[in-house]
Amino acid sequence: MQQFLAQASSNSSAASPPASPQPRLRPQPRREPQHREREAPAAMADDHQELARAFSGMGGLGVDETVLVSALGRWRRQPEKRGQFRRSFPGFFSASACVGAGIELCEDEYVRHLKIEFSRFKSAMVLWAMHPWERDARWAHHVLHKAHPPAILVEVACTRSADELLGARRAYQALYHRSLEEDVAYRAKEANANLLVGLVSAYRYEGPLVSEELAKEEAKALGAAVKSASASSAKLVHNEQVVRVLATRSKPQLRATFRLYKELHGKPLEEDFAAEPCLEEVVKCLDSPAKYFAEVINGAFKDGADKQAKAALTRAVVSRSDADMEEIKDAYAKQYGAKLADAAAKNTHGHYKDALLAMIGK
Amino acid sequence: MATLKVPTAVPPVADDCEQLRKAFQGWGTNEALIISILGHRDAAQRRAIRHAYAEAYGEELLRSITDEISGDFERAVILWTLEPAERDAVLANEAVRKWQPGSWVLVEIACARGSAQLLTVRQAYHDRFKRSLEEDVAAHLTGDFRKLLVPLVSAYRYEGPEVNTRLAHSEANILHEKIHHKAYSDDEIIRILTTRSKAQLLATFNHYNDAFGHPINKDLKVDPEDEFLKTLRAVIRCFTCPDRYFEKVIRLAIAGVGTDENSLTRVITTRAEVDLKLIKEAYQKRNSAPLERAVAGDTSGDYERMLLALLGQE
Repeated sequence: MQQFLAQASSNSSAASPPASPQPRLRPQPRREPQHREREAPAAMADDHQELARAFSGMGGLGVDETVLVSALGRWRRQPEKRGQFRRSFPGFFSASACVGAGIELCEDEYVRHLKIEFSRFKSAMVLWAMHPWERDARWAHHVLHKAHPPAILVEVACTRSADELLGARRAYQALYHRSLEEDVAYRAKEANANLLVGLVSAYRYEGPLVSEELAKEEAKALGAAVKSASASSAKLVHNEQVVRVLATRSKPQLRATFRLYKELHGKPLEEDFAAEPCLEEVVKCLDSPAKYFAEVINGAFKDGADKQAKAALTRAVVSRSDADMEEIKDAYAKQYGAKLADAAAKNTHGHYKDALLAMIGK
Repeated sequence: MATLKVPTAVPPVADDCEQLRKAFQGWGTNEALIISILGHRDAAQRRAIRHAYAEAYGEELLRSITDEISGDFERAVILWTLEPAERDAVLANEAVRKWQPGSWVLVEIACARGSAQLLTVRQAYHDRFKRSLEEDVAAHLTGDFRKLLVPLVSAYRYEGPEVNTRLAHSEANILHEKIHHKAYSDDEIIRILTTRSKAQLLATFNHYNDAFGHPINKDLKVDPEDEFLKTLRAVIRCFTCPDRYFEKVIRLAIAGVGTDENSLTRVITTRAEVDLKLIKEAYQKRNSAPLERAVAGDTSGDYERMLLALLGQE
């Protein structure tokens, strides 16, 4: 995919470095001015570049609908201009103009890419309109039936309140005529099943009551589990104590346990759990959802972010905009030294961008 | 089929409160009055009485009860007066704290209540004990029992009638295979028993019987003394034949020398508004004697009178 984008941007204007905010997508640009096929001046090249960017050809999520429509208007009854655009964008249209019927055919992969990019706004709006319980139920279903990353299930189970998770389970039953835990137990047959079933079945106490003594005891138990797992190459996610503590204790109690773990063992628990991805996510989600979501959002903006990492942006913003978006903004600024709204504006286009910014808030 | 008898003309709540207050005051307690009122009011009425009593006299009704009466009678009246969800939460907490293999209270609460009801029990548990039910079960139980009972009490089973026949066949086979290899606490057995819907489980057990010629519980009887197997059988019976399950609990509580009052009280107070009538019929069928007679024979005094009232006498 990256190569298409790189080609698109390198074949466009050689004259000026584009105003694109994502120069990172281009490797060393193949600036070969003598190969410019267009007789158009630099302005035309800028036009092409702007259009390519609007078509999500230079990175960033979503498409710039306004620019696309204005190009329609500008180039009305000028099919040759479109032809020039096609030739300037080899990532979207096949590079050689002589292949297949003598016209520039669409690259299948790019059409698929566009389908996703155009639908980001749609997804955001549909998800936004949905009841949160239905959203969570559908996301959970995707994990189980469309092989979406299990981390999403962890997210739903651990960052929602006890009643929200219960609501998601109700919605799941209404939608799919099975219980959520039934499907998780049946489909997540690998190592994580016990942990995941425990997490989605939890109805955690939500009061502030915390027992420091218990936290200390369980921090020690977790430490022992980590030690024995590293000694014997057994998986931590199979460890009964680990599952019991993470899947049943209240969140305030767990945060105390995590704090004491760090004091006792010198490093945060998620570090010791890092070898087992699900566990690391569980700890992060339970300890500080805001920090977790800031990381997820940033992951969507990174170079080389894959399809799921990018989809996570919509999920994170839509699901948290009514919940702890302010804390996420703080965590983001602390972690990445930039305002979340700015980063989002820089990395997204069009209506999708506007939707995200509206949900992120000032 | 409830056995609770509520009078057709129920006195106003204020009258009930006044009568109860009178029953507590002065020398001694008018136990018969307590039984005649509380023993003949349904859950909504009892809730109204508790509320009005606290407002009128500045004291919880349950507090007055514990102050004035004692023993098995007190326990029966307290458990009866509580809301069903609170009652189950209290019973569950007691069972967890005093847990030993062979205690089936948690199994009953998890399997002989509807999904929504189990949720209300978990909520009531939060309110009363400031912990979650699954947290306490996980912390107090160990080994296979923990492995079975934590997911059992955490389940929110689908309640629809849909059955996937293919799945019923395949899961019956899985159960049979694991049982055959004596892997009684295998992950798959736990998964099936603790997550599948009731309708799906019934279909699975039926298919087990069809395919292997005998009910699944027969295969789980290999060691009659093994408490874990007994617990598994209890789970299955609570799903397939709750009235006969409870009949057996009562029968064992009454039989022989001495009486297990706690179990007797538990079954009667938790089922009087649910299916105690069916349990009575099962008792009659199994023991050729009416349950009331057996209870009267094995208990005495106000405790006996309270149980009989809940069994529908008068």
